Amino acid sequence: MRVYLDNNATTIVDPHVFAEMEPYFVQKYGNPNSLHCFASDTHPAIKQAMEKIYAGIHAPKEDSVVITSCATESNNWVLKSIYFQYILTGRKNHIIVSEVEHPSVIATAKFIESMGCRVTYLPINSEGLVDAQTVRDNITDKTALVSVMWANNETGAIFPVEEIGNICAEHNVLFHTDAVQAIGKTPVDVQSFNVDYLTFSAHKFHGPKGVGALYIKKGKELIPLLHGGSQMGGYRSGTLNVPGIIGMGKAMEQAVDALDFEMSDVREMRDAFEDELLKIKDTFVVTPREKRTPNTILISFRGIEGESMLWDLNRAGIGASTGSACASEDLEANSVMEAIGAAEDLAHTAIRFSLSRYTTQEELDYTLETVKTAVERLRGISSSYAYAPEGHESGLDAGH
Amino acid sequence: MGMDSLIGGTIWDEYSQKVTDLMNNPQNMGEITEEQAKEMGAKLIVADFGTESCGDAVRLYWAVDPKTDMILESKFKSFGCGTAIASSDTMAELCKGKTVDEAVKITNIDVEKAMRDTPDVPAVPPQKMHCSVMAYDVIKKAAAQYKGVDMESFEEEIIVCECARVSLSTLREVIRLNDLTTVEEITDYTKAGAFCKSCIRPGGHEEKDIYLVDLLEEYEKEKMASAADASASGAGLDFAQMTIVQKLKAVDKVIDDNIRQMLIMDGGDMEILDIKENGANFDIYIRYLGACSGCASSSTGTLFAIENILKEKLDENIRVLPI
Repeated sequence: MRVYLDNNATTIVDPHVFAEMEPYFVQKYGNPNSLHCFASDTHPAIKQAMEKIYAGIHAPKEDSVVITSCATESNNWVLKSIYFQYILTGRKNHIIVSEVEHPSVIATAKFIESMGCRVTYLPINSEGLVDAQTVRDNITDKTALVSVMWANNETGAIFPVEEIGNICAEHNVLFHTDAVQAIGKTPVDVQSFNVDYLTFSAHKFHGPKGVGALYIKKGKELIPLLHGGSQMGGYRSGTLNVPGIIGMGKAMEQAVDALDFEMSDVREMRDAFEDELLKIKDTFVVTPREKRTPNTILISFRGIEGESMLWDLNRAGIGASTGSACASEDLEANSVMEAIGAAEDLAHTAIRFSLSRYTTQEELDYTLETVKTAVERLRGISSSYAYAPEGHESGLDAGH
Repeated sequence: MGMDSLIGGTIWDEYSQKVTDLMNNPQNMGEITEEQAKEMGAKLIVADFGTESCGDAVRLYWAVDPKTDMILESKFKSFGCGTAIASSDTMAELCKGKTVDEAVKITNIDVEKAMRDTPDVPAVPPQKMHCSVMAYDVIKKAAAQYKGVDMESFEEEIIVCECARVSLSTLREVIRLNDLTTVEEITDYTKAGAFCKSCIRPGGHEEKDIYLVDLLEEYEKEKMASAADASASGAGLDFAQMTIVQKLKAVDKVIDDNIRQMLIMDGGDMEILDIKENGANFDIYIRYLGACSGCASSSTGTLFAIENILKEKLDENIRVLPI
C-alpha cells in the first residue's frame, strides 16, 4: 500500500483538472497573444479560468490576479518590487515579516536586507502563532510592507491576517499575505478584510505545478519582476502558460466546491487520526487544532529523530515530511519547532502529516499501525530510552 | 553547479546497500548491563556523545577485559538518522576484539569505508558524512572513561574538518604552498568542507573554533601585510618613481644589506638625512656617526663604496653628499 500524506508539499492533480488541461497541449497550442485562429482557440478557456480564479478568492474585476510561475515568484515579486519602489527611492526603509515565512519570503527579505532595507522578523508564540500586536509594535512611519503568511506550511497554524490587515490599513502600510496553504483549506476572500497582495499556487490545491498567482489590489501596483513582451497587462512578461492557467482555474473551482468537505470531513478524519497518534506515549502537538488548517498535523515523537521516522514510514510506502520539503536536503532542525521554543530535545523529532480530500480512512488506519510499529522499533534503538547502569552520568545533554 | 546539482535527488538514493541494511536491521544495537559485564569478568563502560537537541546522540557500551584491555563485547543505542544508526552499528562492530588502544585509532573514515558496497563509491552522500563523526567521538569518550583520562588526550592535533579529518596544520600548509584563495580550492586540495560543510563558515550544522574562511582570511592578511611591506619599501618600483618615504626605505635597505655592517665593525655608523631631486640627480645627504665621522676614508673610499652600491642597486643618478 502506498499512502500520500505530504499534501502541504504538493498534491495529486485532480483528474478533472488534468482533463481540462489536456487539449491545450496538442490540439490548441496557439500563443494567445498572436493574431490568428490558433490563438483565438485558447481565449475562451483562458477567460473562463481567470473568472474561476477571481471568483475563488472573491477578487473584484478591477483588481489584478497575475499568473506567475510559482508562489516563490509571486513572493519574490512583492518584496523586490517594494524594495525598488519604496526602499531604494528612500521613501521608506523597513519591512516586517514573520520568522516562519516560507523560504521564498525569508530569503528574499534577507536579500533586500543585504541591500540596505531594515527587516523585522516577527517571533511566533508557544502555539506557533504570530501575535497581531507584535505587528503594531513594530510598525514605524518608515515601514513599507508587512508580509505575514495566512497559514503556516509546517504546523498548519492559521495566522490572524484579518487583524494584521486592519493594523496595516490603520498605519497606511502595504500588506502581503502568502496564502499558499490557505486556498481550499479555509475561506479566502480578499474583499472581506484589508489585503493588498496575496500569493497562491495551483499545485497545493490539486492543480498543476509551475503555476502561481499574485493578487494585486487596484491602486497598489507593483513594478514588473519580469520585463519583456508585456503579457499579463505588462505586469508579468512571458508567454502565457495556457494549460497551466486552465488547470489552475479548474482546480480553484474545485477547491471552492470542496471547501466544506475539507473543513468538515477531512478535519474529522484528521482529528481522529491525531487522537490516535497522541495515544502513543511521549508525543506532542504544538498548535491547537481549532487554530490550524483542517489537514495538517505536526507531531513530535520523543526519542525518534525525524528522518529515521520518515525512513520507516517510507519503507511501508507512506510519504510524510519532517517539516518543509524544501528543507529535507539539509540537516537542520524544524525551523518552526525552533521558533516555537519547543523543548530542545524535540527539535529534531517533528513529523508532518498533511491530508487532502483524497485521503481515505483505510490509508490513515494503515499509517497509524505503521507509526506504532516504527515508534516501537526506533525507540528500541534510541539512546533516549537506553539502559544506563546506576550512577551513570548521562552525557546526552551536554552540547557537542 | 552543473546538471547533478540543479535537481536535488533524495539523499537516501545515495546510501549504500550496507547502510540501508544496517538501518533496517542494526546488528549491534542493544545494551550491556552491569550483570552481563560481570559474567564476562569484564569492566562495563557506558559512554555518551551528542545530544538530541543537536539531532544526533549515541550511547556506546563496552565490556572490557581489565587484564588485556580487550573489548569483549560492544553495543550501541542511537538517536539519529539512518546514517547515524548505521555508523554507530559499524563502529560497535569494529571495536569488537580490539584493545582499547587499538579502538581509539578507528576514525569516522574507517567507519564510512566499512559501510561501502564497493571500495570506490562512498557509503553516504557528502552532507551525511558528519553523522559518522559522532561514532568516532564516542569511542574516544569510552576509552577516556576506561583509562580515566581526558578525551582530548587522544587527539594529537586540532581537526578543523572532522568529516574528512583534516588538521589545522595541514590546512595552513596546503593553503600557503598552493596559494589557495577560495573554499572550493581548499576542498579540491584537501576534501575539507566537502561533506557537512560545518567547517566552512559559522552558521552551519555545528559550531567550530576555527573555520576554513578564517584560515583564508588569515592567509589573506598575511599576504597583505607582506605586500604592504613590499610597497612601503617600494620593491619592484623604479627608484625615480618612488615616493620620498619609499626612496628613504630603499636607500636604508641597501645600506643595511651592504654597508652598515662594515661601518659598525669599525666602530662607526651613518644615517640618511634627506634625499633631494637636483635636476637629473638624486642627492642623498648622509651623516657619519661614531668613528666614521672624521675618518679619512669617509670622504674618499667609503663614500665611493656607498655611492657605487646605491648607483648599482637603485639608480645611476644617485650622488651621496656627506654633511
